[in-house]
Amino acid sequence: MKHITKLFTKSLCKKHETGCGECQSSCQSACKTSCTVGNQSCKQEEKINITKKENI
Amino acid sequence: MVHTFKFPYENKMYYFLWDVESGSLLQVDKVAFLCAKKKFNKELTDGEVKEISSIDSSIIEEIFAEYDELEKEGALNSLPLVKTFKKNAEEIKALCLHVCHDCNLNCSYCFAGGGTYNTEKDYMSPEVGKKAVDLLLAKSGKRKNLEIDFFGGEPLLNMETVKTVVDYGNQKAAEIGKTISFTMTTNCLLLNDENIEYLNKTMDNVVLSIDGRESVHNATRKSKNGKASYEIILRNAQKFRAVRGNKKYYVRATFTAGNLDFSNDILALNDAGFDQISVEPVVLPDDNPLALKKDMLNKIFAEYERFTCEYINRRKNGKFFNFFHFLIDLEHGACQNKRLTGCGAGTEYLAVSPQGDIFPCHQFVGKNEFLIGNVFTGIHNQNIREQFSHLCVLNKPHCQECFAKYNCSGGCTANSFNFTGTLDGQYEIGCELAKKRLECALTVAAIEKQL
Repeated sequence: MKHITKLFTKSLCKKHETGCGECQSSCQSACKTSCTVGNQSCKQEEKINITKKENI
Repeated sequence: MVHTFKFPYENKMYYFLWDVESGSLLQVDKVAFLCAKKKFNKELTDGEVKEISSIDSSIIEEIFAEYDELEKEGALNSLPLVKTFKKNAEEIKALCLHVCHDCNLNCSYCFAGGGTYNTEKDYMSPEVGKKAVDLLLAKSGKRKNLEIDFFGGEPLLNMETVKTVVDYGNQKAAEIGKTISFTMTTNCLLLNDENIEYLNKTMDNVVLSIDGRESVHNATRKSKNGKASYEIILRNAQKFRAVRGNKKYYVRATFTAGNLDFSNDILALNDAGFDQISVEPVVLPDDNPLALKKDMLNKIFAEYERFTCEYINRRKNGKFFNFFHFLIDLEHGACQNKRLTGCGAGTEYLAVSPQGDIFPCHQFVGKNEFLIGNVFTGIHNQNIREQFSHLCVLNKPHCQECFAKYNCSGGCTANSFNFTGTLDGQYEIGCELAKKRLECALTVAAIEKQL
C-alpha cells in the first residue's frame, strides 16, 4: 500500500472472545478512579508466551 | 466506526486511523487522512475541503482502493463482533478489603472523607477478613486466579488483619487449587523497613500514593495535624522501590486544578527514581476549588500531548519508564469479553467494609442503598448485582459513537453515579480525558513501533 501503513491489525478480534475471566480486575491495578482495560493483558496469551519461552 | 486523529511529534505531523471495532491502528499520509475524513463523514475544515478538491482524482481513487482492500480484510470500518452482553453477576473474582476506615493523612481531595467514609473510624477485624476470603473462594466459580486488594483509609494502620488475610487466603486457596494475588494501596507514611519487607514478599502489586513535585504533594497531602508529608513519603517510597526489583508496583499521583501542568509531576516522579507511574485526574464536584472543569480541558489535552512527546523521548534515550494509561496492549490485550465487562464493579469485583458489609466497589462503600450483603450472612441483595450486570458500553447511549469505548469499557460507574445520579450516566470530563489518553497511547505505540 502506498498511502497506508498497517501498524496493528485487529487487536480486538481475539479468539478468546468468550472470556475465561482470569485476567486482572482493572480497578485492582493502579488507578482506582478511572477505569481502563485497554492496558490489561490477556492471561491466556501470557501463558502462551511463557510456554513458548519454556520450549525454547 | 473509524476514528481519525493526528498528533504532532518532533516537527512532524502523524496521521492515524483507529478502527474501533477491530482495534486496528493505521498510519496514513496526509492525503489519505483527508480522504478518510471525507469517506467516514468526519467534519472537514474549510482548508481541508479546499485541499481535497485540489488533489488529483487518480490519487484519490488509489487511496480509496486501498481503503476498500482494508475493509475486505476486516481491518477498517469493521462491524461489531458482539452486539449484546450481560456480565456474570454470580461469580466473584476480586475483593477490595477496607481493612481500615482511618487515615494518618488528610488529603484535600479524598473521596473517602479523610479515610472514614464520613462515618466513625473503624478497623476490620481478622475474623471479618477471613470471612471475606471464604466468600471469595466460595463464589469464585471455575476461576483460578483471584484477587484481594487492601485498601482504606490507610491499610498499613491495620497490619494484623492484612497478615491474617494473606496467611489464611494463601492456605485456603491452595487447598482448592486456586491462587489469590494480593495488592495494597498505601500512602507510604508507615512504610518502615518491616512493612517494606513484608509487602515486597507478599504483595503481587503495591500502589504507592505520592503526588509528584514536593510543592504539589504538600499542597494537598498533609498529615492530620497539617504538616507536610512529602519528605518522609518520598524517602519511604524510594526505599520500597530499591528493594522491589522487577516485581510490580506503581507510584500513583492525583492531579487537580492546582497542577494542570501535571506532566512535570510525572517527570519529577521519574527523576526521583520511579519507573512505573500512574497519574490520575481528580474527581470532585464542580464547587470544589480543586475540581477539574470543562473549561480546563484544552489545557489538560495540551499537557497530555506535551507529556506524550517527552515520554517517547525519555524512553528512547535511556530513561525508560511506564505510564499506566499509555501501556495500551495492541498485541496481547484484553479480549472482547473483558472489554465489555470493564472494571467488574458490582459483579466480579466487590468491596468489603470494616464491618463486613459488601458494596459494588470501594467508591460505593457507605452508600447504604447499594448494600449487597455481609460476609457473615452472604449476598442478600442480588438485585443490585443484576443492575450492574447490564452496565456495558453496548447499552450506554453515550458510548455508542465513542472511539474509546473498548478501552475505558464505559468508565467508572461510581463517577457516573456521583455526577448524574444514575449508574449509566455520563461523567463527561472523564470521557474526554479517556479519549485524549487513548489518542496519546496509540501515538506512543505507533511511533515506538517505528523507532
